[in-house]
Amino acid sequence: MEPQYGWWLPPNVSVHGDEIDSIIILIHWFMLALFVGWSIFIVYCLVRFRQRPGHVAVYEPIEARPSRWLEIGVAVGEGVLLIAIAMPVWARIKTEFPTSDPLIVRVVAEQFKWLFHYPGRDGVFGNTGAEFFSDDNPAGLDPDDEAGVDDITVRGFHFPVGRPVIVRLNSKDVIHSFKLPVMRVGQDVIPGMEIAVWFEANATGKFQVGCAQLCGLGHYEMKADLVIESPQDFQAWLDEEHRALGLD
Amino acid sequence: MSEAHAQLGFWRTYIFSTDHKMIGIQYGLSALVFLFIGFSLMMMMRWQLAYPGVAIPIVGGLLKASWVDQGAMLPDFYNQLGAMHGTIMVFMGIVPLAVGAFGNYVVPLQIGAPDMAFPRLNMMSYQAFVIGGLVMLTSFLLPGGAASSGWTSYAPLADIATTGQTFWLIGMIFLIASSLLGAINFIVTIVHLRAEGLTFFRLPFFVWSQLVTAFLLLLAFPALQAAAVFQLMDRLVGTSFFLPSGLVVGGEATAAVGGGSPLLWQHLFWFLAHPEVYVLILPGMGIVAEVIANNTRKPLWGYRPMVYSLLVLGFLSFTVWAHHMFLTGMGTTMSTFFQATTMIISIPSVIILTCLVISLWGASIRFPVPMLFALAFLPMFGIGGLTGLPLGLAAPDVHLHDTYYVIGHFHYVVAPGTIFALFAGIYHWYPKVTGRAMNATLGKVHFWLSLVFMNGVFMPMMFEGMAGVSRRLFDPTIYATGAAVHGLTLMTSWSAWCLALAQIPFIINFFWSMKKKERAEENPWQATTLEWATPTPPPHGNFTEPPVVYRGPYEYSVPGAGSDFSPQYVRA
Repeated sequence: MEPQYGWWLPPNVSVHGDEIDSIIILIHWFMLALFVGWSIFIVYCLVRFRQRPGHVAVYEPIEARPSRWLEIGVAVGEGVLLIAIAMPVWARIKTEFPTSDPLIVRVVAEQFKWLFHYPGRDGVFGNTGAEFFSDDNPAGLDPDDEAGVDDITVRGFHFPVGRPVIVRLNSKDVIHSFKLPVMRVGQDVIPGMEIAVWFEANATGKFQVGCAQLCGLGHYEMKADLVIESPQDFQAWLDEEHRALGLD
Repeated sequence: MSEAHAQLGFWRTYIFSTDHKMIGIQYGLSALVFLFIGFSLMMMMRWQLAYPGVAIPIVGGLLKASWVDQGAMLPDFYNQLGAMHGTIMVFMGIVPLAVGAFGNYVVPLQIGAPDMAFPRLNMMSYQAFVIGGLVMLTSFLLPGGAASSGWTSYAPLADIATTGQTFWLIGMIFLIASSLLGAINFIVTIVHLRAEGLTFFRLPFFVWSQLVTAFLLLLAFPALQAAAVFQLMDRLVGTSFFLPSGLVVGGEATAAVGGGSPLLWQHLFWFLAHPEVYVLILPGMGIVAEVIANNTRKPLWGYRPMVYSLLVLGFLSFTVWAHHMFLTGMGTTMSTFFQATTMIISIPSVIILTCLVISLWGASIRFPVPMLFALAFLPMFGIGGLTGLPLGLAAPDVHLHDTYYVIGHFHYVVAPGTIFALFAGIYHWYPKVTGRAMNATLGKVHFWLSLVFMNGVFMPMMFEGMAGVSRRLFDPTIYATGAAVHGLTLMTSWSAWCLALAQIPFIINFFWSMKKKERAEENPWQATTLEWATPTPPPHGNFTEPPVVYRGPYEYSVPGAGSDFSPQYVRA
């Protein structure tokens, strides 16, 4: 089925996405309540206290009570949002990395394309280095490293549903941002440092990877296909790529 | 001082003036021109977003060949427009208007001073601003065009960008120098030149807002000044402050030694740029407070809590900068700290806004044009502030970061927020500056159309951001998320062009009212603060005799007083 995009949150196919979505929606109800409350009060005042013959302003009309309660209410609301909801979610999605058989993918960003680097059958990434980059070797694999021989480097991002994925983000040139709206994933890719991010999909489908940080004149077209497949289809795709490398 | 002024020639009076009022007017007119330029750049961008690849009407044929292809915009030009729109609006439009113009003109009058403490420094501040502005504008004429790395100029992109970036940095160095000179001047003026009897807690809230703003500028801008010099050195003399080792750009290894950090730039930039957000908003709040007190005909409710909130806000604004950087690979400890400070800083903002709203209670509210803008500021700034909540919490920020939601959020703060406050200020003080009243009907047309179209521009962006559409895309429709919201994009673009048309009544009103024969009353709003104690327009040296202050700034409807306003300068 084609994913449906509209004027609200895009489809979510990630395990952690519901948590982010529910925080976003909860906060918007909170905001709406405050805004509507304020607006009603303002409009009521504008009508009731409009200047007209026989009406005069009062020098000291009220004591401090109503506002203090509002302040405390807002502060408590924000405190709850922060401590009970936002912090644990952040900790879980950003720092608690999965240990049970994750798929590890290395991503190399450059102006203006994404490269996805899979370790191949041996499960070990070949060594890489800036000195090895060339048009034929966009991942910068060390040609003398045995572990790199079966590595797969492709321009589309494939991963299986129902298995945690750890992505190790690298940039060759400037700052990019790895943006997967349907996975509720966003992570800056910063040259000089490798940043890891993880997620797990709960549905299959074809989507897009985008770049969310201005990276130059081709920034807008720095996108890649995102293919979330069943484990069988993913394995078939890996086998296909290995055949393409001449390894079978 | 007034006698010394009598016979200055044209140049000393209008161009190289040291009179705070003339400098304020110079700042004001220059800033309005820059705002118009910044707005025009954005209108071209809105065309590309609404009709990607279609020739830009009217101006498309006039643009440089490297910017357009048969009249249709090229991506590089789009990036130049984006970077320069932000830079011009923030550093050459809003701040010079809010601080340079209103601060310069109104602060010395409101504190009963004959001029700023350092009049020549003041002139120098304006001159540095003009030079900075001209350097920025000139950069469009360079072969590679103007800076194109965003107003944030993130390294390493900005380090390796075309010469426009060098001009941007040099321009910024002048603009920052201008702000620093102004900030010192404001602080000294407000602390030392207050009239007899004008204690700190008798200062109008506007003066307080300018004082806190001046401290923010003074303490935050040096970080960016240093960063701009570092980036300039990276670009010109081969240092690597912001360049890590092993960069490969376009397949070529860079010559830089490396070892630098791209994140260092972001920290230095946002250490300025977050306080800068408060520099953008606090003077606006000050103006709104003046106008609301005046038109509710009663004292501001909670003047002291508002002042304390302002001070807390100023202090805390230095502790939240990294909430712009949640997605740079920040761990839980750091993100928790910056989320917590961000939530805490919302409390003083809510207090100020609440005090302004509660000030309406028990009032006798008039609705002249400045009051309309001031009242609209409240809900508009409210939307801007509230939409900061999901961005200030790291988890929802994962989805909303760098999307149109962010654009909508900060524009609600600065455009229908600050700009409305600045319009309120223009309509409010115009009779003081020119001695003529602005036309109320044209003013109301300007207000209502602006209100409608401002929301037409920025509300759709909230939904686009929610849908996951990234900002700074030359053509968002190549993404599925962007294609789905194209209707909203069209609404924003058309609203933006209509918003431009809605400024025509203002422009006509602004110039036409100046030529009126009929003089405005000396104190047309029946206001209480000291600027209305001077002749209109105020002469050099301002006050015919040094004013003495007898009471607080907003003594309206005092029980037992003869009229509904008791000016600060009139003995009971």
